[in-house]
Amino acid sequence: MGHAHESNTKRIWIVLAILTIVTAGEVALGIVRPGGLVFNNFLGTSLLNWIFIILTLVKAYYIAWSFMHLEGEKTWFRRSIVWTAVFLICYLVTLVLIEGGYLYDTLSPLVKW
Amino acid sequence: MGANIAVNSDKKEAWGGGGAKPFGASYGKMMMWFFILSDALTFSGFLAAYGLTRFKFIDSWPIADEVFTHFPGLHGVHAPMYYVALMTFILIVSSVTMVLAVDAGHKMQQKKVAWYMFATIIFGIIFVGSQAWEWKNFISGSYGAVKTTDNHILQFVKDGHQIALADFVHNERKDDRVQHQRENGLWFEKEASISQYSVAQVQEAFKNDPSLLIRTEQLNPETKQKIVLSREESLAQLAKAKMVVEGANLHVNEYGNPIFADFFFFITGFHGFHVFSGIVINIIIFFNVVLGTYERRGHYEMVEKVGLYWHFVDLVWVFVFTFFYLV
Repeated sequence: MGHAHESNTKRIWIVLAILTIVTAGEVALGIVRPGGLVFNNFLGTSLLNWIFIILTLVKAYYIAWSFMHLEGEKTWFRRSIVWTAVFLICYLVTLVLIEGGYLYDTLSPLVKW
Repeated sequence: MGANIAVNSDKKEAWGGGGAKPFGASYGKMMMWFFILSDALTFSGFLAAYGLTRFKFIDSWPIADEVFTHFPGLHGVHAPMYYVALMTFILIVSSVTMVLAVDAGHKMQQKKVAWYMFATIIFGIIFVGSQAWEWKNFISGSYGAVKTTDNHILQFVKDGHQIALADFVHNERKDDRVQHQRENGLWFEKEASISQYSVAQVQEAFKNDPSLLIRTEQLNPETKQKIVLSREESLAQLAKAKMVVEGANLHVNEYGNPIFADFFFFITGFHGFHVFSGIVINIIIFFNVVLGTYERRGHYEMVEKVGLYWHFVDLVWVFVFTFFYLV
């Protein structure tokens, strides 16, 4: 509490529409898997996977900002949550994925097929 | 020394954090946010571990589109991802009803809050039920496969499509093997259910039908599809079979690497447990709303706090959906 809570039912429905459209788009892309997006490599994975990741972050933004009402919180409260999570997750994921690539390089020649 | 006194005995609002409101947020809401932050890091730990393992087995990871292909009522129809997409939509809708409940709470509309909470609970139950159904399909499997002495999974292909064991193994099982149970064998020993077909039976049926081929776990980097062997290679690989695998559990997985199944059970299970606990908390708050507790308290902040948790569960699912089913 402590900040204005105007009723924003209309915005809730708009956000639902955005989330639904984005999800439907993701599923359509996931089923079609257009060759032009699948058969290439950009920063370690295909363009299609980057599209999925970006659309996921878009959905996460709308859920956190609108549904969880982060947009209405004090700036530094929001930052104490978002920046902490974004920094730690990026750090962890970077290290762990590099390690995963290393494990593949080291161990896959030893696998008998 | 006010900061050291945990319970303020002369005020009713114990653990309220005193009069100070850092960031202008109430104590309860702030702590819910910090709990969510820590829980988010737990989930990212799991998903990052999934990423590491996937990178470790990047040349042979199962293709999710070929694993999750069921849709209720459409038996035998190849429907990749439609059901998970529906589940995702159900969870998003439950998030919307939750946010509408919070919104009605700000306007002190007790009845509306109760109805929206009720809808949220129903959608939550539908979601958990759907997840249970996904688990059931994954555990019982769809095609069946064999595992070789090299610990790789071999699947069967006919005319370019994967074929189920039941569709080509028609010969008789000759080893007379039945599940060992306490009542039909040694009373102090029992075993888990055994596969429907024996290895020798599958090998014989495979030899009898020259149109059958073997599909390995390995991915062809050019087509990003599983490699299908020639007939000669298929026979050579199948000779190494040591067990018939039907479905998936923590030890074997007919879709490929068992660690894929382990992560599936662990991550969706952990998320499903969050949904379940969210439903329980929602039910408690729902009864408080109906009983008028928050009407008497003068505000519906509890609905807002449980709402944060519920949205977080939705938020996590968005990521699980992407990294398990799409990427």
